[in-house]
Amino acid sequence: MSSPAAHTAHHAPQGFIRKYIFSLDHKVIGLQYYFLGLFSVFVGMTLSVMMRYHMVHPDAKVAIFKLLWPGSAAGGIMTPELYLSLMTMHGTIMVFFVLTTVPQSGFGNYFLPIQIGAEDMAFPVLNMMSFWTTFLALVVMMAAFFVQGGAPLSGWTGYPPLSGIGRITGPGEGTGQTLWIVSIAIFCGASLMGAINFIATTIDLRCKGMKLMRMPLTCWTWLVTAILGLLGFAVLLAAGVLLILDRSLGTSFFIPGGLFISDQIISGHKGGSPLLWQHLFWFFGHPEVYIAILPGMGVTSHLLSTFSRKPIFGYKAMVYAILSIGFLGFLVWGHHMFMSGMNPYSAMAFATLTMCIGVPSAIKTFNWIGTLWGGKIHFDTAMLFALGFVSLFVTGGISGIFLGQPALDLYFHDTYFVVGHFHMIMGVAAIFGMFAGTFYWFPKMFGRMMNEPLGKIHFYLTFIGVYCIFTPMHFIGLAGNPRRYSDFSNVEFLANLIPVHQFMSYAAYITAGAQIIFVINLFWSMMKGPKAPANPWNATSLEWGIPSPPPFDNFAGVHPVVNHGPYEYSVPGAPTDFTMQTDPPTVPAEH
Amino acid sequence: MGMPGSLTHDIIKGPPPPVDRGFGGDGGNDGRGSSRRASFTGLYVLLAASTMIFAAFTSALVVRRGLSDDWVSMPKPSILFVNTALLLASSAALEIGRRTLKSGERSRFNLWWSVGTGLGLLFLVGQALAWRELKIAGIYVASNPSSSFFYVLTASHALHLLGGVTALVYVDVQALRLSLGPAKRTAIDISAIFWHFLDGLWLYLMVLFYVWG
Repeated sequence: MSSPAAHTAHHAPQGFIRKYIFSLDHKVIGLQYYFLGLFSVFVGMTLSVMMRYHMVHPDAKVAIFKLLWPGSAAGGIMTPELYLSLMTMHGTIMVFFVLTTVPQSGFGNYFLPIQIGAEDMAFPVLNMMSFWTTFLALVVMMAAFFVQGGAPLSGWTGYPPLSGIGRITGPGEGTGQTLWIVSIAIFCGASLMGAINFIATTIDLRCKGMKLMRMPLTCWTWLVTAILGLLGFAVLLAAGVLLILDRSLGTSFFIPGGLFISDQIISGHKGGSPLLWQHLFWFFGHPEVYIAILPGMGVTSHLLSTFSRKPIFGYKAMVYAILSIGFLGFLVWGHHMFMSGMNPYSAMAFATLTMCIGVPSAIKTFNWIGTLWGGKIHFDTAMLFALGFVSLFVTGGISGIFLGQPALDLYFHDTYFVVGHFHMIMGVAAIFGMFAGTFYWFPKMFGRMMNEPLGKIHFYLTFIGVYCIFTPMHFIGLAGNPRRYSDFSNVEFLANLIPVHQFMSYAAYITAGAQIIFVINLFWSMMKGPKAPANPWNATSLEWGIPSPPPFDNFAGVHPVVNHGPYEYSVPGAPTDFTMQTDPPTVPAEH
Repeated sequence: MGMPGSLTHDIIKGPPPPVDRGFGGDGGNDGRGSSRRASFTGLYVLLAASTMIFAAFTSALVVRRGLSDDWVSMPKPSILFVNTALLLASSAALEIGRRTLKSGERSRFNLWWSVGTGLGLLFLVGQALAWRELKIAGIYVASNPSSSFFYVLTASHALHLLGGVTALVYVDVQALRLSLGPAKRTAIDISAIFWHFLDGLWLYLMVLFYVWG
């Protein structure tokens, strides 16, 4: 250690608060995000189970409903308004506080710096602020349940005029809707802070030898996701500000004149355009889909290579596919608005661009299959979830091709076909990415192994379960079953579909119940799981070269030097079937 | 000037120049200068986010104006031109300050930077006066879409400016307390560039107000 530039190991701060609450350590912040998401996903899932129950028992008197919502479920019967508020909160919590938070801010925070060989994120204080701002946004969002009138009704997309006028449009449209918008605005701020950190870290803190084209694909997806979040959340923030002004200061950005709502003429607004909100919202909303799914793609690519003991098929093609998905994601927002009234020429342009996204998506899928082809596949639970991701991505993606056609979308748009589609691809596929990440990185994060048999039971129940829930939705959508309705029991043309609804509800109960296995596995393994070695999967990226769990500054004061790409598995002539990124450079063999 | 001592020496020498390895290089990073590089990247990324916010407002303005027939162009307070001059002058003062620091004249830096900060604060006061003038004329945020956008855009700009002024004041306090170490040089550059960005943004908004507002 003669060089004055040699770094010494940094020591972790002492004291519970600086260490675990207001921590500056990216690993602790990553776990904070993870557990925030874990809490949120259970809230969101509980809401969905209540909705599924209500749909098949619309007249049932449920004691829990009465207990939770003495106002809107008086007597235990869920009102349609209460159903809509549960739907809104389910969507909002899942999209923002689970799908946006866990794959990017959770795993990304924990593993991006380690995988690129950095001690921490570029701006640790900003990182801490970004988590606590997200936490504040969650508190504000949850508060909407407890105010007069309850949670808002306008869906996770918050379309005005419903979201822009106030109490008169529904019970939750007063304070509840205001809290919703404020929470989203706070969340936008948090996401912008996070995005700045991710981009600066990836560009500037890579260790020696970590060329961009040597980064694991996870890092590429975190980078592109951060760019999407940066550009998307900025626009959503602007739109949210305008919506708040419409609600509270009487402006007319989105509210047209002459509205007649609940037997009253709405005066005071004129000339606003609800379509303007839709444009601004979906300019964020479509990239948001990729914010949710891209990190899952990264984890899947990473795991398929690791557990097939083969290099990823077409690394560069994967990188370019990630980049082009990110780029095209900003050009297709109009395909969410075919039903809103759109010039057919614009619709054709949006449809064509939407089809274009099929190309990089197909490249990724084929490369995943190419990676598996001829590999020595290890079916650990982490790998099963990665394979499940591929399956769900294909299933959910194919129905996207249908919905991207304006002529078909006009029929499908307000049916369960859309619900099936986006749950498959955005919801469940992304969640499978999180499960895969959890099983794969758990040994590194907690220094213990998760239980494999429990993991496999959980995987098969969940995998079969989600297909049972969401596949029938496509068919009832084809049959014309509308979405967003709380009760189909008195609709003649839907009478034959009620058994299908019952089947989906039972599948939902079982799948939701199966998640308890995961929670037990997670917390039990955290306490009692067998000790994990530094590199249980014989993987190559940097996080597997350091102890489990990692020391405070990741590399204990040593600056790692990278000599290899991230996926050098089964290299001919190498002593083992994996070459760590930090292994000494291979000397070309003399002959 | 010419005060001996390591402090002054440090200030004049500045931070080690960041080694430019270029985007997509080998990521080689020995710790030296990397936090300065990351700070600049973070700044530019932040500017991109701010640009997106104002781009969203602009597109909303264009759409809102084109879609309906209730747009009445509102009279703009003439003090806006004075404010524009103040803001441009503050940017110029900061830039002169930055250059004097590069040539080692620290006390002149302090002077110019304080002048720039003061002019920036004056701009904010001027904006408040402009809003007051509108209020007296009975033009509120909900009066007309034109005034709605005027208030939204000026207020968003002012919020950005508050952040910028905070940075300028921070640097100024550090400068006057003679504690401008090499690390603070990054703060100087970052806050000056952010301020110039807000300058450009304001010029853009002026054009927007007078052409489309």
